Amino acid sequence: MSGTSVERPGESRFQQPVGEAGASPGPSATPESASEETDSRQWKWVDGSAAKLAQAVVFGAIFGFLLQKGGVAKFDILMGVLLLENFVVVQVMLSAIIVGMAGVYLLERMGIVERQIKETVYGANILGGLIFGAGFGLLAYCPGTNAAALGQGNLDALVGVAGMLAGSYLFALSSKFTSGGITSRGKRGKITLADLTGLSRGMTVAIVLPVLVLVLVLLEWTVIR
Amino acid sequence: MKVPSVAAAGFLLVFPAVAAARQVHELPASYPYPEPAWSPYVVGTLIGVLTMLTLTFSRKPVGASSAYADLSGLLGRLAAPRHIASLKYYQEHKPMIGWSLVFVLAAIGGSFLAAATGTNEITGTYLQDMWVARFGADSGLLRTLVAFGGGALMAYGARMAGGCTSGHGISGTLQLAVGSWIAVICFFLGGIAVAIPMYRF
Repeated sequence: MSGTSVERPGESRFQQPVGEAGASPGPSATPESASEETDSRQWKWVDGSAAKLAQAVVFGAIFGFLLQKGGVAKFDILMGVLLLENFVVVQVMLSAIIVGMAGVYLLERMGIVERQIKETVYGANILGGLIFGAGFGLLAYCPGTNAAALGQGNLDALVGVAGMLAGSYLFALSSKFTSGGITSRGKRGKITLADLTGLSRGMTVAIVLPVLVLVLVLLEWTVIR
Repeated sequence: MKVPSVAAAGFLLVFPAVAAARQVHELPASYPYPEPAWSPYVVGTLIGVLTMLTLTFSRKPVGASSAYADLSGLLGRLAAPRHIASLKYYQEHKPMIGWSLVFVLAAIGGSFLAAATGTNEITGTYLQDMWVARFGADSGLLRTLVAFGGGALMAYGARMAGGCTSGHGISGTLQLAVGSWIAVICFFLGGIAVAIPMYRF
């Protein structure tokens, strides 16, 4: 802890304000100065260690590879599920959910992973979900499969990227003006199906898993074959 | 509590085996849908395993939509840094080069690798088959408008709903999150309501 004067040049900080250079208390302390609140250039540019970002490279590449091999980078297959004519998307999603649900439940019980879920807000989940769906129907790619579509050379996915950048910005812009309304109705916190039913998590998984498998089996027997 | 654990372990072991044993199905083709290179059950199983890996090693659920918000905000920080700092959403979700953005950028590369190996599936086309079948080969401008508008709506909806087909549809549902199940059902309802009139009426 004696090295503060050595680190004083502050290589870890981006664009140190000229006026503050002499008064800066130390490299690790980032004071909530007025400039940081009004100028986003003062924010950090990179979030996470090199190791964590390297994991993102590996896992992301695997994700994109699997999406493409599963056919869900293809325009026709993605539209096919929305037209209720092709169910490859459902097959991929449900088998991922089935395996992941069993696996993550076990990892959680062993204390290896912590649950990472979003808050339930009925109004926002429903309205946002329907808006998302309408956009998905128009673009034909969802955010993940748009990346995969781009990777396999579907050039219209580039327009999808531009549209999504614009839509994200519009949401951020509207966050300045709107606070609440229908999208804040029904805030329930980070609830799970287990909280909703009053059953234990294990019992909920033990009920949901066979139901999902049954859905896949019925789908395979009735619609696909 | 033993029984659910055993049941879950059983599914984890048996399901991939059953999935792998099944042949890729034949589609009844009124419209000639392409076949995936790999069985969708095998791919889904591996994506399920991937969610376990990202939660274990990165403490992150698989997700995609926030990457576009991050990139949008990063570009905004370069172009209009004071404006971006004034927006509540970006104050709460500071746009940085982080796990989610790198994950999605890498997915582009991974998909390229998948399309280039095995049977070559690199397309290089702006208009895809089903679009051309419906709107014709000279509908480039229409596709540009529809894809841009669709992308914008989708990202807006994703931010409002708190995630996309990956974050809610896979990561959230498999952790039993109530909002994720509601959101993914609404994704498909909204999509069906647009797609069927657009392509089949």
